[in-house]
Amino acid sequence: MEQYEPDRPTPAVAAAMRRSLSNGRAAMTRRSLLRASAGGALTVGGLAALTGCGIPAAGKSQGGVSADDHSAKEKVINFSNWPEYIDVDDSGKHRPTLDAFTKRTGVQVKYTEDINDNDEFFGKIQPQLAAGQDTGRDLIVLTDWLAARMIRLGYVQKLDASNLPHAFANLSDQFRSPDWDPGRAYSYPWQGISTVIAYNKKALDGVEVKSVSDLLDNPKLKGRVGFLTEMRDSIGMTMLDMGKDPAKFTTDDYDAVIARLQKAVDKGQIRRFTGNDYTSDLTKGDFAACVAWGGDIVQLQADNPDVGYVIPASGYMTSTDNMLIPNKARHKTNAERLIDYYYEPEPAAELAAYINYVSPVAGVKPYLAKIDKSAADNPLILPDQAMQAKSHAFRSLSSKEETAYQQKFAKLTGA
Amino acid sequence: MAAVTEAPPLAPAPETKPPRKRGRLVPYWLLLPGILWLIVFFALPMIYQASTSVQTGSLEEGYKVTWHFATYWDALSEYWPQFLRSVAYAAAATVLCLLLGYPLAYLIAFRAGRWRNLIMVLVIAPFFTSFLIRTLAWKTILADSGPVVSTLHTLHVLDVTNWLGWTSGDRVLATPLAVVCGLTYNFLPFMILPLYTSLERIDGRLHEAAGDLYAKPWTTFRKVTFPLSMPGVVSGTLLTFIPAAGDYVNAELLGSTDTRMIGNVIQTQFLRILDYPTAAALSFILMAAILLMVTIYIRKSGTEDLV
Repeated sequence: MEQYEPDRPTPAVAAAMRRSLSNGRAAMTRRSLLRASAGGALTVGGLAALTGCGIPAAGKSQGGVSADDHSAKEKVINFSNWPEYIDVDDSGKHRPTLDAFTKRTGVQVKYTEDINDNDEFFGKIQPQLAAGQDTGRDLIVLTDWLAARMIRLGYVQKLDASNLPHAFANLSDQFRSPDWDPGRAYSYPWQGISTVIAYNKKALDGVEVKSVSDLLDNPKLKGRVGFLTEMRDSIGMTMLDMGKDPAKFTTDDYDAVIARLQKAVDKGQIRRFTGNDYTSDLTKGDFAACVAWGGDIVQLQADNPDVGYVIPASGYMTSTDNMLIPNKARHKTNAERLIDYYYEPEPAAELAAYINYVSPVAGVKPYLAKIDKSAADNPLILPDQAMQAKSHAFRSLSSKEETAYQQKFAKLTGA
Repeated sequence: MAAVTEAPPLAPAPETKPPRKRGRLVPYWLLLPGILWLIVFFALPMIYQASTSVQTGSLEEGYKVTWHFATYWDALSEYWPQFLRSVAYAAAATVLCLLLGYPLAYLIAFRAGRWRNLIMVLVIAPFFTSFLIRTLAWKTILADSGPVVSTLHTLHVLDVTNWLGWTSGDRVLATPLAVVCGLTYNFLPFMILPLYTSLERIDGRLHEAAGDLYAKPWTTFRKVTFPLSMPGVVSGTLLTFIPAAGDYVNAELLGSTDTRMIGNVIQTQFLRILDYPTAAALSFILMAAILLMVTIYIRKSGTEDLV
């Protein structure tokens, strides 16, 4: 919880600290110690401190706050991304696409894998952004709904289109205009994610799974079905199964989905709601079938031939992880050049071949086929026309809806 | 006795006065780093959390202190099942730890001989890997098609635990039993170490004396060993119970929707729902509840010094 430390101590507390530091002798007698710590700080100072520390309101103005751009003088980018989300060479020390970027532009990329969870990462950077401070990062990668929240709160900067010619030209149509960032003014996808149904052939033992209904209703799968703790994926997939559109639904529709899932929880059909750890449940056969992320499935299939996936006839959910430039970033132009670089087909193909998520770059197919023919033909990496037609996105939520829906979903998952 | 008389008399020489004065302050100087640490990493965050718990607002509008104490009541009435569950699981894990840990600590202290150090290293060895990895390992051990579960099934143990409501169906994972087992496993060393230190201090001659007075081994244990190990029992149970009650990793990885503990609720409120006041209030309620239980426990157990 230390990330929620107050930005600065209130005057009372600060004064007490200063006193105890500068005037050690006087401060350190037993009486003054007691007065300063227990008596002083906790009653007088404490009350003042209680009222003093609030959380400041988010920046009202959309469009974010820019700092002076030091891109020209300091040839660096601080890039925060998720673990195992970039190409690495066999020695494990070099990242070929980033190295090529540095070679071409002379800009060093400080690449940190410090985003493990959207919620946690938001908790980490929110106090700095709310206080109008530099987070020390020039480029961060966040999933749609959090990217939408960052834009809504005015925590990220508008991108300069003139630095993004390839990105503008090559962005796949599927991702071009989400309702939370029309025309991609603030964000560009790093990779796309397909949410599908995965199964373990051995654990299924002949039972056929084709839809979310099968997961929720087939008594043979009781206690061996998994859903994701990511609300939009679990709700979205079920909503599609119920014939509603996740891009435009009402609160009643949402409640109906929750009720349907609740019934499955109550009768013990759903074993657990999981994060990324579903992969171990699935490979061990503890999950016979579950809602899963496409990129994981490609990698699991390489190790375990029993793992398979289905795209339900009702459709599947698509989301993206998006590159954003937080407020006060020192190297905005450099960051934009990096975004644009990953929209050139060669680096995009190299990246897609390595990490197996959906490439957001149109026209990458021939380049990917040169590196890895099977990857280029895998619809989980490059969705074909038929698959793209079934792709759906979750609509953006207002902050009120977000809280209310998350509450209901938390209740469904046990807390 | 001789030592006392031989000690040199305290010479009230005038030149020793300034050093003595400085000497008086030394303890406080030594305290300074600790106190500063406590202020920065304990007192300030506590004040901040206390403040958060009585604020209202939203991320967009910011949070302001409105002395909204109703948050506490709302949080308690909404999440009391998870509170009760946390206490029950932590208590069960603590009892299990005591039952498993006491014989082992006894063995190390009195019977291990030259194996003592090796066994101690083995007790501490799990700490060399991360908490998360150790917990995840249990998912492999207890997998549905794994040897443990099939053995339990053949022996009809699962029928009994199903009947008790500790497990459901032919599985152990994603049930209360798995969560309690995970808690027991993860906190067992915290029970063994204090038990060992207090048992090891018992003078072996006391056992001989008890034998000389015709006490049977069981009576010796009941009347001599166990009472003397009470400080270890009390501190061991506290070191197990307190972190177990606030734990959320075991419930997250080994549990299911009906095994979520209060730690999970706080995490969800804080990170997912972004309801900071409720999360802070829940933390304080948990802290108060544990403080209360621990105070009563220490009073009842009647031990003054905890190892």
